[in-house]
Amino acid sequence: MSRFEAMDGNAATAEAMRQINPDVVAAYPITPQTSIVQTFSQFVADGEVDTEFIRVESEHSAMAACIGASAAGGRVMTATSANGLALMWEMVYIAASNRAPIVMTVVNRALSGPINIHCDHSDSMGARDAGWIHLFGEDPQEGYDNAIQAVRIAEHEDVLLPVMNMYDGFITSHGLERVQLEDDQAVKDFVGPFKAHEALLDVGNPVTYGPLDFYDFYMEHKRQQVEGMKHARKVILEVAAEFEKRFGRRYGLFEEYRLDDAELALVVLSSTAGTAKSVVDDLRSQGLKVGLLKPRVFRPFPAEELADALRDKAVIGVMDRSDSFGAMGGPLFVELSAACKIHDVPAKMVDYVFGLGGRDTTPDQIESVFRDLATIAETGKIKQLVTYLGVRE
Amino acid sequence: MVNPNAGWKEIPIGGKIVDAGNAREYETGSWRAMRPEVDMEKCINCLQCWVYCPDASIDVEDGEMVGFHMRFCKGCGICGSICPVEAITLVPEAAPEA
Repeated sequence: MSRFEAMDGNAATAEAMRQINPDVVAAYPITPQTSIVQTFSQFVADGEVDTEFIRVESEHSAMAACIGASAAGGRVMTATSANGLALMWEMVYIAASNRAPIVMTVVNRALSGPINIHCDHSDSMGARDAGWIHLFGEDPQEGYDNAIQAVRIAEHEDVLLPVMNMYDGFITSHGLERVQLEDDQAVKDFVGPFKAHEALLDVGNPVTYGPLDFYDFYMEHKRQQVEGMKHARKVILEVAAEFEKRFGRRYGLFEEYRLDDAELALVVLSSTAGTAKSVVDDLRSQGLKVGLLKPRVFRPFPAEELADALRDKAVIGVMDRSDSFGAMGGPLFVELSAACKIHDVPAKMVDYVFGLGGRDTTPDQIESVFRDLATIAETGKIKQLVTYLGVRE
Repeated sequence: MVNPNAGWKEIPIGGKIVDAGNAREYETGSWRAMRPEVDMEKCINCLQCWVYCPDASIDVEDGEMVGFHMRFCKGCGICGSICPVEAITLVPEAAPEA
């Protein structure tokens, strides 16, 4: 039987890790991720898991140890945030190109500088081309559920790519909410035993990891990573379907909220989608045809599916919790704009960069975005392509 | 060993090498500028060249130095430097045209 508990996102993620019982966790503390590995290391100390917990001196070493443990043939998990992710940068790419199915929770936090510990998405968005699968969750429940599903997605033999499990720093990581936890055995049955792929410790079948790979084969290996990502899209949906069957909670590539007959659509990731849902309800009660789309999967980017969901909208407002300096807007806007162009979505599109460094985003601000979208629908004119929501002029 | 012309669907993923000991199949002696030559009259078979060669380029048969595996020799000259009786000398791989 599943049970309900009041938990913050990090406690729920640590609980998922306890139930998954990975072979190795190598991690370094960083706010706001710290309480995941702090809680998990307590499970290790108390003998509640069989995990080898490797305390390292930096995140670069954390990811290096994860890659080594994964190559050795273990199921491996870790967690980080912001500058920790930045410090493990070269190893993040190597994990993906080695096809190491590591699952890493990234509690989204603004990258320095100026130094800041609060939420935005600049950390994981910077790593969007590293070759990892990127899942975003709205609340502690989704952090828990995504951590469990991520193991299955990463380890699928058609995928074999690492997965980042994102949720918002402090808002979700430290915000107490009701979380439905599944039975230990049910989670263990769902993730199943780890099947190592070309393990270094399989001494009967020797294998070399990380040799030089020049112009003669490097490009073929990159092409293989593309194929893993292509397969991931299907596997993510298969795993979600099985998850729903077993545990009753539905996941997809994205969540639609009152989007079907909406004329004005808002696209936003993670916890802000929760706030936006209440704004959608308020405006619907006033007769405005507004709806929300909350992407769950950012890599692989589900371009065609997103375009299909947004095809008949008049105006699409994208909210980006990070910027891409010198680009045409935040990363979500730029990618979604490309998707809509490629797949012939005629809607007008605008971007709102918001919540940088933990700046609060209020229902009033989200309502103002919908009012903007309504004006664009009426006039057919975009006055400002990218708006910095709540910035002091 | 993987066929050098194999497509991406045919090769192991992740740049892994799954057949052990295939370094011997990979010729690395093609960019040598200097080549070692041994004077067997001087050689005392101390095998210091075999010990110090950073690759596997010293050919030893029945415990005796008999020459070089030129497929792997890069002409680094360590064997010539370490030889206690100056039996090994490095000569230009190709003499410039006169």
